[in-house]
Amino acid sequence: MVEKKHIVTAFDEDLTTLNDMMARMGALAETQLFASTEALIARNPSGLDDIIKRDKELDDLEALLNEKVIEIIALRAPRAEDLRRVIVALKVASTLERIGDLAKNIAKRNKVILGTTVKTQMLPSIRTMTSMVLKMLNKTLDAYVEVDAVTALDVMEADIEVDKLNTVVFQSLIEEMSSDQEQLKIGPHLLFVTKNIERIGDHITGIAEQIYFLHHGEMPDKTRPKADQSSSIALS
Amino acid sequence: MKRDGDMTLSTPKIKSSGIIVEYDGKRALHGIDLDIYPNEVTALIGPSGCGKSTFLRCINRMNDVIDNCKVSGRLMIDDTDVYDPEIDVVELRARVGMVFQKPNPFPKSIYDNVAYGPRIHGLTENKDDMDRIVKKSLKRAGLWDEVRERLDDKALGLSGGQQQRLCIARAIAVNPEILLMDEPCSALDPIATSIIEELINELRERFTIVIVTHSMQQAARVSQKTGYFHLGNIIEYGETNDIFTRPKNEQTEAYISGRIG
Repeated sequence: MVEKKHIVTAFDEDLTTLNDMMARMGALAETQLFASTEALIARNPSGLDDIIKRDKELDDLEALLNEKVIEIIALRAPRAEDLRRVIVALKVASTLERIGDLAKNIAKRNKVILGTTVKTQMLPSIRTMTSMVLKMLNKTLDAYVEVDAVTALDVMEADIEVDKLNTVVFQSLIEEMSSDQEQLKIGPHLLFVTKNIERIGDHITGIAEQIYFLHHGEMPDKTRPKADQSSSIALS
Repeated sequence: MKRDGDMTLSTPKIKSSGIIVEYDGKRALHGIDLDIYPNEVTALIGPSGCGKSTFLRCINRMNDVIDNCKVSGRLMIDDTDVYDPEIDVVELRARVGMVFQKPNPFPKSIYDNVAYGPRIHGLTENKDDMDRIVKKSLKRAGLWDEVRERLDDKALGLSGGQQQRLCIARAIAVNPEILLMDEPCSALDPIATSIIEELINELRERFTIVIVTHSMQQAARVSQKTGYFHLGNIIEYGETNDIFTRPKNEQTEAYISGRIG
C-alpha cells in the first residue's frame, strides 16, 4: 500500500473524511444488528422501535458519503489505489446500508415474534450466528481501514461456517413447526431472521472482497463453496 | 531496466537498447530499454529532469545539436540503426517528425509552412503536386476548413491552437513514419488541447506517435502505452490502462497519485 502523503494535503483530508464516514456507518450497522437480535434473545422488545427508526441514519450517512465520493472524483481526479479507494468506499457504503435494512427487518419481525408467547429452542443458535457475523463485520471494518487483504480472506472463509449453521437452524425451525402448530406463529419470521443474518454474512463477505480488490487491484478467486444448503431443504 | 511482460505480439517500430545520454560527462539517461509499437500513441511521463524529453530527442538525433552531448547504446527504427555514423540525419528527420512545446511556425504564409518540408526534400514535381500535399496535410491536421480561404496569410496570425495544428501539418507533410511530440499542448487552452488530442488519436492510424507530457490526464486520454521516467531511468512501462489503474511499481503509483515521501 502507498503510505506517502499527497502533495495536495486537502486530498488526504478528503480520504480521511471518507474513512471517518465509513467508520460511522460500520459502527452503526454493527449496533443495529447486535441490538435487533439481542432483543429477541432477551425477550425485550423495548428497543426495537428505535432500531427501526435509526435505520434512516444509515441511509443519510450513505447519501452523504456518495456526495463526498462524487466530490473527490470531480475535484481530485484520483488514480490507481486512490481511485480504487473511492470506488470501493461507494460500494461498501451501499452494502452497509443494505446490512442496516436487514437489521431493521430483523427488528420488525422480532416485534411480531415477541408479541406472542411462543418460544423457540433455536435462540442459542441464532445468538451464535449473530456473534459470528458481528465478529466478521468487526474484523472487516478494521481490515478496511488497514487495507488488510489477509484478514479479508479470513472473513470470507468465516462466512462458510455461518452458512453451515444457517442450514442447520433452518432444518430445526422446519422441524419445530412441523411438530407443533403453535410454532407457525413465529417460525416463518424466525426463518427470515436467520436468513437475514446469513445474508448479512454474505454482504460482509462482499465487503471483504472489495478490501482484497483495494489492496491487489483485482478481485479474489471466486471458487468458494456454497455452504448454505437451506434452499434445498424439504419437509420430511 | 526490466519491463513488464510482452505487451503485444507486433514488432516494435522503435527499439531502444541500453541508451545512455551524457551531457558534459554527466549522465542524463542510464540505459533505456524500450520497445515502441507502430500505430500506437506512447506517452512518456515523469517529473521535470527525469529524462523523458532527452529520450524523445534521441529518436530523431536532436541531441546531436547539443554541444558535449554523448549518446551511446542502440536505437533502431525498423532495421535502421539511428546512430549508425553513415546515416543521413536529414533523411532520418524526414522519417521522424517532431512537434514542440511552443508552436513554432516559420514567419511565412500558412501555405509555405506546410510546403517547406516537401520542397527541401524534393517530394514534388510541380505546383499541383505541392497543392495536393499542402491540402492533404492541412486536412489531416484538422486545419483545412479553417484556413482554406487564407492560405497566403501569415502563419503567425493564427491562434495558438491553430499554429500548433499547422506545425503538425508541417511535420506530416513529408510523410514521416513517426511523430514525436514534446508537450504539444502545454501552451494551449483546454479547447485547443482537446482538438489536438482528438487529432493525435486520428493520426495514430498512420503514424507511430511518441508524446512527452506533464499532464497525466492527457497521457491517460491519448495513449495506449505509458512509460514512467525517473532520474534517467524508465521505472515502469506498460498498457496505459494498467499504469493508471494498478501500476506495479510504488514509485509510479506515488507519482501518478500525486504523493511525496
